[in-house]
Amino acid sequence: MNAASETLLSVDGVSLSFGGVKAITDVSFDIRKGEIRAIIGPNGAGKTSMLNVVNGFYHPQHGRITYKGKTRPRMRPYQAASQGIARTFQNVALFRGMTTLDNIMVGRTLKMHRGLFWQMLRYGPAMREEIEHRRVVEDIIDFLQIESIRKTPVGKLPYGLQKRVELGRALAMEPELLLLDEPMAGMNIEEKEDMCRYILDLNKHFGTTIALIEHDMGVVMDLSDRVVVLEYGHKIADGTPEVVKADPKVIEAYLGVGH
Amino acid sequence: MFYRETGQFKQSYAADQAVFPILQDRIGLAIILLVAFVVVPLFGNEFLLASVMVPFLILSLGAIGINILVGYTGLLSLGSAAFMGVGAYSAYKLSTIFPGVNILVWILCSGFFAAGVGVLFGLPSLRIKGFYLAVATLAAQFFLQWCFVRISWLYNDNPSGAIEVPARTLFGIAITGPSATPVTRYLVVLAIVVVMTLLASNIVHGRIGRTWMAVRDMDIAAQLMGIRLLPAKLLAFAVSSFYCGVSGALMVFLWLGAAEPSAFDIKLSFLLLFMVIIGGLGSMIGSFFGAALIHILPIVIRMLPEALGLPIAAATVEHLTYLIVGGLIIFFLIVEPHGLARLWQIAKQKLRVWPFPY
Ligand SMILES: Nc1ncnc2c1ncn2[C@@H]1O[C@H](COP(=O)(O)OP(=O)(O)OP(=O)(O)O)[C@@H](O)[C@H]1O
Ligand SMILES: [Mg+2]
Repeated sequence: MNAASETLLSVDGVSLSFGGVKAITDVSFDIRKGEIRAIIGPNGAGKTSMLNVVNGFYHPQHGRITYKGKTRPRMRPYQAASQGIARTFQNVALFRGMTTLDNIMVGRTLKMHRGLFWQMLRYGPAMREEIEHRRVVEDIIDFLQIESIRKTPVGKLPYGLQKRVELGRALAMEPELLLLDEPMAGMNIEEKEDMCRYILDLNKHFGTTIALIEHDMGVVMDLSDRVVVLEYGHKIADGTPEVVKADPKVIEAYLGVGH
Repeated sequence: MFYRETGQFKQSYAADQAVFPILQDRIGLAIILLVAFVVVPLFGNEFLLASVMVPFLILSLGAIGINILVGYTGLLSLGSAAFMGVGAYSAYKLSTIFPGVNILVWILCSGFFAAGVGVLFGLPSLRIKGFYLAVATLAAQFFLQWCFVRISWLYNDNPSGAIEVPARTLFGIAITGPSATPVTRYLVVLAIVVVMTLLASNIVHGRIGRTWMAVRDMDIAAQLMGIRLLPAKLLAFAVSSFYCGVSGALMVFLWLGAAEPSAFDIKLSFLLLFMVIIGGLGSMIGSFFGAALIHILPIVIRMLPEALGLPIAAATVEHLTYLIVGGLIIFFLIVEPHGLARLWQIAKQKLRVWPFPY
């Protein structure tokens, strides 16, 4: 990515605490349009909390978030969604009682507008809308190679596939900013490779900006354009993978984890 | 062998997004409708029509209402009988204030009153969930039932405290009141229930239905998809209460003929909840299965000893009925929480692969 590309999201001096627990302390960083930005750090560093701040689940006590040029004190999750922020969860958060197809169709909710009257008739405009979005969803299903589990209730799927369906659901929102919370956790090598390929494809072909939390350093180094490192809620490093990897503070934080 | 979808390749997403994508299901539905609209009225006796089918259909409609709220949206409600009462009382008031308008119009309109009241009592659902929400709806149940007893305007100051259904006609044929025949009442109820079931089924298969199920399964993720919880939940309360309201109005106008406030007490709420649990949470057909089991099974059990010539006292049979139905409820809660609808699914799956085990 070129360094001149514009900033999509910037986080300025954000602090978040739960009662006495300080999850994030005065963290600032930015995400540029079209890049893959990794957020790494040891367990409990505040990575997930950071994503929750970005998409409006948590409201930080201090600091500001600027997204697409607009600074805001607080935002609701549905506002984040309607402005193009999508997200997957560390612990898969699918709609367990629904099929793969329906799960991904839910991702189209914001783009569907026919009200109760037409929905009730399921005819004419409502049916046309349903088919139009089904087509988009089928493209996503093709892309993620999950054709065979289209009609399977997601609760019955193995973990790796669930993660893939969750990615599909996020993609259905056609996000500008995609937040992925450990998308490869608990996967085997092949599944990880597939997932990496999807992430790269998304970024290269659709220009989706991606913020990625990941523990596998190999994956992080390969995929990301820039990395921000958190530890105990503080930012300890920020820069290209090479720079971050050589940073003594990062090496210290990860000491004993293979570095 | 006969229940196969092989060879039925869906050529379009339209065909695959249909509510009944499999041909055999559509044929089955057509047969059921034919039997319901033609065979039953032609050959059914008065008992079958008036005491079995009419109540079964009306309870099914109420069960659909509750299923929308409890099964599809995951909001536990114990106030459904009260919402049925709102439907019944508003249909009664409207039909006595404006006797010139057709009664069916008022029965359907009563749904809107129930929906309004439902939304009002659904407001706390944004903040509270599960058990606590159930308690809040219980408050609705008691408050509304208190209104039915205390506000004499609701039953036109009738000294008995009951609402009595005025005789009304449709195209010159009596459909309510003592002169309405069981066949006409059955056909009117059937038509309303079929149409409303179709509409409900369309709703739950489309965007709105998916929204409800998303809220039920994982409300955090639902919000992330851009779903606002309060409007989604209130819509579920509104639609659900609409169905309960119409069901309540039908209950008084086309089944009981008159009703006291106690007709809408907590027992009815529980009965409907049982129907939905046994039939299958989040399943349209399950609502019918549940209503059949809870309403028709006891009738069958009551008639069995006589039919078989067994000398069992009526009181004993009554107790047996409670035992069996109660046992079934516990059985389903433990063994098959998805209810009869799931058993039906499994049976269909078995049929699909028959004669092979997989
Ligand atoms: N809802 C909450 N209530 C209280 N404390 C919380 C909450 N969410 C997070 N925390 C605390 O904030 C800190 C950061 O948690 P967070 O989940 O953001 O870490 P993480 O970097 O995602 O860790 P992991 O790698 O284990 O996922 C932890 O100490 C955690 O206990
Ligand atoms: Mg985390």
